[in-house]
Amino acid sequence: MNKGRVDQIIEKHHGEASSLIQVLLEIQSEHHWLPKEALDRISEKLQVPLTRILYIATFYKAFSLVPKGRHEVHVCVGTACHVRGAPRILDTVQDLTGIKPGETDADLKFSLETVNCLGCCALGPVLEVNGKTYGNMGPSKTAEVLKNYE
Amino acid sequence: MLRINSPEELEKLRQEILSRSDPSKPCISICAGAGCLASGAGEVIAAFKAEIEKQGLTTDVNTKGTGCPGFCERGPVVIIYPEEICYLRVKPDDVPEIISQTIREKRVVDRLLYVDPTTGEKAIHESDIPFYKNQKRNLISYNSKIDSKSIDDYLAIGGYSALAKVLFKMTAEQVLEEVKKSNLRGRGGGGFPAGNKWEGSRNAPEPIKYVLVNADEGDPGAFMDRALLEGNPHSILEGLTIGAYAIGSHEGYIYVRQEYPLAVVNVNIAIRQAEEYGLLGKNILGSGFDFTVKVHQGAGAFVCGESTALMTALEGRAGEPRPKYIRSNIVGLWGRPTVLNNVETWANVPLIINKGADWFTQFGTEKSKGTKIFSLVGKITNTGLVEVPMGITLRDIIYKIGGGIPGGKKFKAVQTGGPSGGCIPEKLLDLEVGFDELTKAGSMMGSGGMIVMDEDTCMVDVARYFLNFLIDESCGKCTPCREGIRQMLKILTNITKGKGKEGDIELLEELAEVAIDASLCALGKSAPNPLLSTVRYFRDEYEAHVKEKRCPALSCKELIAYHIDPSKCQACMICLKKCPADAIEGGKNRIHVIDQGKCTKCGTCIEVCPARFGAVNKISGQPVPAPIPEDARTLVRKSKEQ
Ligand SMILES: Cc1cc2nc3c(=O)[nH]c(=O)nc-3n(C[C@H](O)[C@H](O)[C@H](O)COP(=O)(O)O)c2cc1C
Ligand code: SF4
Ligand code: SF4
Ligand code: SF4
Ligand code: FES
Ligand code: FES
Repeated sequence: MNKGRVDQIIEKHHGEASSLIQVLLEIQSEHHWLPKEALDRISEKLQVPLTRILYIATFYKAFSLVPKGRHEVHVCVGTACHVRGAPRILDTVQDLTGIKPGETDADLKFSLETVNCLGCCALGPVLEVNGKTYGNMGPSKTAEVLKNYE
Repeated sequence: MLRINSPEELEKLRQEILSRSDPSKPCISICAGAGCLASGAGEVIAAFKAEIEKQGLTTDVNTKGTGCPGFCERGPVVIIYPEEICYLRVKPDDVPEIISQTIREKRVVDRLLYVDPTTGEKAIHESDIPFYKNQKRNLISYNSKIDSKSIDDYLAIGGYSALAKVLFKMTAEQVLEEVKKSNLRGRGGGGFPAGNKWEGSRNAPEPIKYVLVNADEGDPGAFMDRALLEGNPHSILEGLTIGAYAIGSHEGYIYVRQEYPLAVVNVNIAIRQAEEYGLLGKNILGSGFDFTVKVHQGAGAFVCGESTALMTALEGRAGEPRPKYIRSNIVGLWGRPTVLNNVETWANVPLIINKGADWFTQFGTEKSKGTKIFSLVGKITNTGLVEVPMGITLRDIIYKIGGGIPGGKKFKAVQTGGPSGGCIPEKLLDLEVGFDELTKAGSMMGSGGMIVMDEDTCMVDVARYFLNFLIDESCGKCTPCREGIRQMLKILTNITKGKGKEGDIELLEELAEVAIDASLCALGKSAPNPLLSTVRYFRDEYEAHVKEKRCPALSCKELIAYHIDPSKCQACMICLKKCPADAIEGGKNRIHVIDQGKCTKCGTCIEVCPARFGAVNKISGQPVPAPIPEDARTLVRKSKEQ
């Protein structure tokens, strides 16, 4: 991520230290993770110590300090999906990808995250890959879905 | 766009908008809420646009993408105005027929209507469907009437008239009095009277004050705040502005969880539109009152829904709660008086102003007034959002509105209040829904999650689930919460794995006491509720896990085994092909057998075994029957026998 873009985002938030979280969110959503250079730049521009930025980046779940895989798999573990069998879906995804929530596999194919209620509980348990929702999942259906992603 | 400079101009504009829209002109409103989008509403909207153009009806028909009207179970939901014909589970293929039949010929497409499962009767209008008929939809019914991105639509249904009323016809004190009289209690969890909170801020000497919307919606099984904010963002802005006027604030923030991008988009559009019309910003409606609103996105931390943590997060720091020696309505954001209310609380305000406190108090019970939106989900026939008057019984919500438990299963419990709430058993289903009633039953109102559980749900696992949720969410500042949750979770996890010991249940109860007494914020204080309520009502399930190593709900993985019933297996080989662990032995015309040593208990076989065979079982607390001998595995088909 180039410095210019980071500067643009900071300026958009009027360079205020209180907008730190909003700046980080924007970089995360554009870049899918927070590279060290970007954090250094923010630290310099907003006059916030890097240690505080890192503390915030680890406190909130939306941020990632490592690169993400090509496909982002989100398994809903909200209560409604849980009682409808989300744990079996999560187990299946973990078995098939070899990664746990919060991890990315070695060849950067999949990143796995758990999420809470996607607002479509009627279809639970649900799974989201790159923003596309798959509903009424079972272990076998989950395997079928993941096969479609290269 | 023209700025509106007085209440008269606002009314004029409203009349203009109304006269521009011919009430007899058909309008197709398509739910674009998260549930319907996931079931294909996006494609349906595109199909309508294309078909309308194809049939040359572009100027004769309007289409609207709306917020969730509640009946997500049957999405995508389409409502055709002015007749209010309600079509359910609409697919893109149905669109040409809807246009040529309903729009052109004014004929109803029967097969898309709701069919009552018991009587077989069809319902044409939304209001005829039992799911809706038994609700009182003061707030959420607007969702399907307006395009969530159009301020003119909001004005057309009377939007911002409450704001005009307070700015020109009421003093701040009168607004405060009306809200106090309505006895509106917070919809975000605690049920604190909104009027009292506002009054505290109003009377605080510090001149700069803030008003905030809590749209963090942290309850992991709820989406009603999302539906309101996505579907009718102006109603929240209007409520917030009225609150600001009442307490004398000129700056507001909406704290939205990061997971709700559409809510962020819609509310930002709404703010821009309101600013352009002069309904936000400087000198609102020419009244001399200034008020601005900013949106702040959360970054994924449940604890940030807590009032003091939310304010810390707004200041750009890690959201950790602080002790509340002084209430945040006196010393809040940046140390100034701050009123924080939940989305739904704010949404009620314009209605109370327009229709009066007396109108509002006619709904509900003595201590809990108005309606409440619940996210009715889990093992329930009609999943969706329901708005009911306080005081309705849980039984009515679950059976009359929710349609009961699907699949002929037995009801076990209903969970309210999210991670701070508890599970309510069958014997308390006649409980009236209200803040104090639910608390008395060991649960709480919470923000409105209502998760229905059936006989297949393990209550020990539910308690474990919520503590597991909270372990990641505890900010770690105080020990009874951080360590208490960890210990309780460890014991519960052991119990679900069959490693529970005599005395564990009592130990859990002790740890719960400490967390309740000694935690700093409500997260820790209420964390033991799911555990305590399940121990209170379902102690036998805990004991079965501990003493017999049995999970009565057949849910805990370590305590169950999968088994193929040799008398039912039809040797279709589906499970054999799908088993990811190669744990199934079988073949053509061979009764299939699971190798228990290899089985990882993934549950695939039970999912794929055709329902008409239903040959795969789960067993718990008893030994798995020995596999039938090799030479007895040849399948003798019944049809061939005869
Ligand atoms: C851990 C925790 C999480 C909370 N999460 C939310 C939430 O997501 N949404 C909400 O409106 N209130 C939440 N609350 C309640 C708020 O602290 C606060 O009471 C509420 O926003 C006040 O608004 P109300 O009076 O209108 O309900 C939470 C409280 C705690 C302790
Ligand atoms: S009770 Fe838990 S969440 Fe609240 S301040 Fe203490 S550690 Fe943090
Ligand atoms: S539960 Fe899974 S691993 Fe075990 S037999 Fe069935 S499909 Fe195979
Ligand atoms: S899917 Fe069912 S019926 Fe078919 S082989 Fe497996 S157990 Fe037998
Ligand atoms: S709990 Fe999974 S979508 Fe609501
Ligand atoms: S999302 Fe469409 S009805 Fe709820």
